[in-house]
Amino acid sequence: MSIWRRSKREAELEEEVRSHLEMATRGRLERGMTAEEAAQAARREFGNVDLVKQTAREMWGGGSLDRLMQDLRFGMRMILKSPGFTAVAVLTLALGIGANTALFSVVNGVLLNPLPYPNPNQLVTLHESKPNFDAGSISYLNFRDWRKNNQTFSMMGISRADSFNLIGLGEAEQVQTEFVSTDFLPLLGVKPVLGRMFAEGEDEIGASPAVMISEGFWKRKFSGAPDVLGKSLTLDGRSYPIVGVVPASFELRIGSFSARELYLPIGQWNNPLLPERAAGLGVHGIGRLKAGVTLQQARADMERVTRDLTTAYPEADKGIGATLIPLKEQMVRDVRGLLLALLAAVGFVLLIACVNVANLLLARSLGRTREFALRAALGAGRGRILRQLLTESMLLALAGGGLGLLLASWGTKAAMLHLPQGLPRADEIGLDTRVLLFTLGASLLCGVLFGLAPALKISKPNLQDTLKEGGRGTSGTRNRALGAFVVAEMAMALVLLIAAGLMVRSLSAVWKVNPGFDAHNVLNFGISFSPAMKDVSADAIRAALRETQSKIASTQGVKAVSLSWAATPLGFDDEDLFWPEGQPKPPSENDMNWSLSYVVQEDYLRVMGIPLERGRFFTAQDNERAPRVVVVDDVFAKKFFGGQDPVGKRIILINKGGVAEIVGIVGHVKQWGLDLDDTNSLRAQLYFPYMQLPDQAMLLSSNGTGVLLKFDGNVPGIATSIRASLQQISGEQVMYGVQTMEEVIANSLAARQFSMIVFGVFAALALGLASVGIYGVISYLVGQRTHEIGVRMALGARRSDVLGMVLREGIRIALLGVAIGVLAALGLMRLLANLLFGVSSSDPATFAAVAILLTSVALAACYLPARRATKVDPIVALRYE
Amino acid sequence: MMAEKKERYQNRIELLQGTLDLLILQTLQWGPQHGYGISLAIRNRSGEILQVDTGSLYPALHRLEKQKWVKAEWKVSENKQRAKFYRLSAAGKKQLTNERSKWSQLSDAIAGVLNPGQLR
Repeated sequence: MSIWRRSKREAELEEEVRSHLEMATRGRLERGMTAEEAAQAARREFGNVDLVKQTAREMWGGGSLDRLMQDLRFGMRMILKSPGFTAVAVLTLALGIGANTALFSVVNGVLLNPLPYPNPNQLVTLHESKPNFDAGSISYLNFRDWRKNNQTFSMMGISRADSFNLIGLGEAEQVQTEFVSTDFLPLLGVKPVLGRMFAEGEDEIGASPAVMISEGFWKRKFSGAPDVLGKSLTLDGRSYPIVGVVPASFELRIGSFSARELYLPIGQWNNPLLPERAAGLGVHGIGRLKAGVTLQQARADMERVTRDLTTAYPEADKGIGATLIPLKEQMVRDVRGLLLALLAAVGFVLLIACVNVANLLLARSLGRTREFALRAALGAGRGRILRQLLTESMLLALAGGGLGLLLASWGTKAAMLHLPQGLPRADEIGLDTRVLLFTLGASLLCGVLFGLAPALKISKPNLQDTLKEGGRGTSGTRNRALGAFVVAEMAMALVLLIAAGLMVRSLSAVWKVNPGFDAHNVLNFGISFSPAMKDVSADAIRAALRETQSKIASTQGVKAVSLSWAATPLGFDDEDLFWPEGQPKPPSENDMNWSLSYVVQEDYLRVMGIPLERGRFFTAQDNERAPRVVVVDDVFAKKFFGGQDPVGKRIILINKGGVAEIVGIVGHVKQWGLDLDDTNSLRAQLYFPYMQLPDQAMLLSSNGTGVLLKFDGNVPGIATSIRASLQQISGEQVMYGVQTMEEVIANSLAARQFSMIVFGVFAALALGLASVGIYGVISYLVGQRTHEIGVRMALGARRSDVLGMVLREGIRIALLGVAIGVLAALGLMRLLANLLFGVSSSDPATFAAVAILLTSVALAACYLPARRATKVDPIVALRYE
Repeated sequence: MMAEKKERYQNRIELLQGTLDLLILQTLQWGPQHGYGISLAIRNRSGEILQVDTGSLYPALHRLEKQKWVKAEWKVSENKQRAKFYRLSAAGKKQLTNERSKWSQLSDAIAGVLNPGQLR
């Protein structure tokens, strides 16, 4: 029934009854009543009109929509009548709901949203499982056989990141590329914007060169001109014709793969080890399962395939299996724990906010019990009153939710700017439908949560008590409820504060860890040689390296420099296989020893500040004409030589040309990260002189080299000076990836720092809300007991006694909350254990500090109301009996 | 059926709702009538015993209108006054017959209980 028709009907009804009464009056007059009597009778009867309307209204089932509009109108009026209360309530809710929405949008984008590829559940990442590595590199030949022999995959592809020196298109630059097999992009559903994908067989070794460019590269270098197909790019001196353009919408970041500017067929990689079945070159894969095939079946199938390969190639493939991980799982498993912990934390914040608003509503209920008692006496059912109160709560909740949504969108944008690099799928975070629905749902749930308890209390008042003047009688249970709420708030705030505190201590503990080297004023970058270096001899390369080294060393401000190959601390890793001289050569590579491997020059220790513990480091005399030497770290010495002195002993290195003598021991460097290195299984380190690389390995340096140098902090523009020096050697050299080691260390801690900040923000929010909560409740209780305080003061209590009384009340609540919070935290913090470093999940110092902090804040929050209590004028208080 | 204290108001309507409906339908058998006329007719024919006030009458009339047993129309009455006239519909006539037979059954049953000697 529409409202318009309803009021029309009501008007009709009124007219009907009015005319009835006119006729009745006339009838009475005709029967001989006096005019006044007739008028009186008519007035009496007319009083029925409202009740008639009511009954008629209910009969016409104006019913639910009607009542809802009534409730809404009434609710709006009540809310607008007390703007202060409304503002506090809405703001509190906005903070709680906003924080939840912001975090949920992150969880949504990263964990919940399906991956943006067709049938993403069919995608799995592929790796070789080796005795030392679960998810190791797949060799090119193994991949070809996996692809041919499997029965459970519809498509398989591999990829490997690299970079190339591009010339001939504007300034020479280093471009990030990916080597891919033919199927890699198609299995992710990528369709070319222009041209074609790689063809079957185009990715094999020996095929003609080809390259695909990204849409971004196309726009940047060719301004999106349509005739780009067939043009060629000169990469590292070779010419690659462009065959297709990859759309900008393609996004993927997993492992070392990232959607880059250029894609080359993997057969084009000039690494001489590519055709080696046993080689581990950092190649990983993705596969698409056939429709209906389960992961179990695929794993079993690949087990069969790898077993057959082990039989066929016992040396190269001994102990090699296949590891399959669902794609999404691999992308999110590192952050999933943290995100869920954060979600729990922010849920606490919301609960605290709801409790605060419930308290506000409950405290305000005093002024409204008479109103509702009256309505109850007039026949309004309890359900009706309950519904009305809940409507009010819902209005508050929706207002809070709306404001919270606004806060969340700003907050998320701000947070995105500071997100750690490693957060997967960061580009998929945003306020989409699911997030909006979540906000709506959370608001409504909050409305019920904080509205229910006060509504239940208000709608069942003791009529006798409340209709009398005063109406203070039944506030006992209400006070208990308020107290309980605040205790809960304090407990939750405590838990969050402890979590934040533990995070802070973890981060500061990690910062203090000695990385094993001195990162101050150390610069790290790569140089990519001019393509003219492509086809020269190993000796020519050595000459070029020496020239580069001396050019850099002579640049003003450079104190020491070492060219570097293979691993860099906190960066890429590289490994060497070896066995001690005197023992027989192990039958397969998987029986050999592993060590991290750094190929550096003689000034390395001066650059990195790594201590020399025994023997000596390299000198310029340890060159290609001298016997090979290595230097090991103390972990290596302990692991492979036990108590014996390794200096003077010899080992046989597989990839470095054979026998080398250990001439010194240096300190250990934390390769895997300040916090992660200690628990890694591969920690032994060895250093090898750059110039002693065998010719075949030296040829790989034709592309370029890495550089580590120590500079004088007082000299400005070091990087520019070095670039200028390098230009003097060749205009086609490119210096790239410049960063200081201090930056490298800071980046490695960025994720930890981010989670600490987020926890900190939530904890601060919780503390703020809880303090407001306890302040509100104590104020209310003081207001309630004004009369009692007046009596006490009239009977001789001093102001300080009153102060003490109120503060004691506050402390009681606070301490109870702290006690419960500590117990809860002892249990809950254990769940955070793997995010912590250097501090236990029940660290007493943190717990004590936080407990003291919270109690003090609570005390401070009680102070104002307590002072107000002392200002009570006993005469005034007693008058209003 | 005069308007008594409010607490018993609801009860009155519940108990005698069906009976009032019957009386109204019966009254309308003699032609269309407005609300006042219906209440007058019932008063007269019951010998001044049954006095229906507006609080009972109009809800009942609207209820009957909702059930489609009566139809309503605004017309000008004899005194040149605008009033809403009600008349029986075809369904209403049938309902009246049903109600009348139910009423007979009811009153016979009650009589049987009150005067146990007189068996029918």
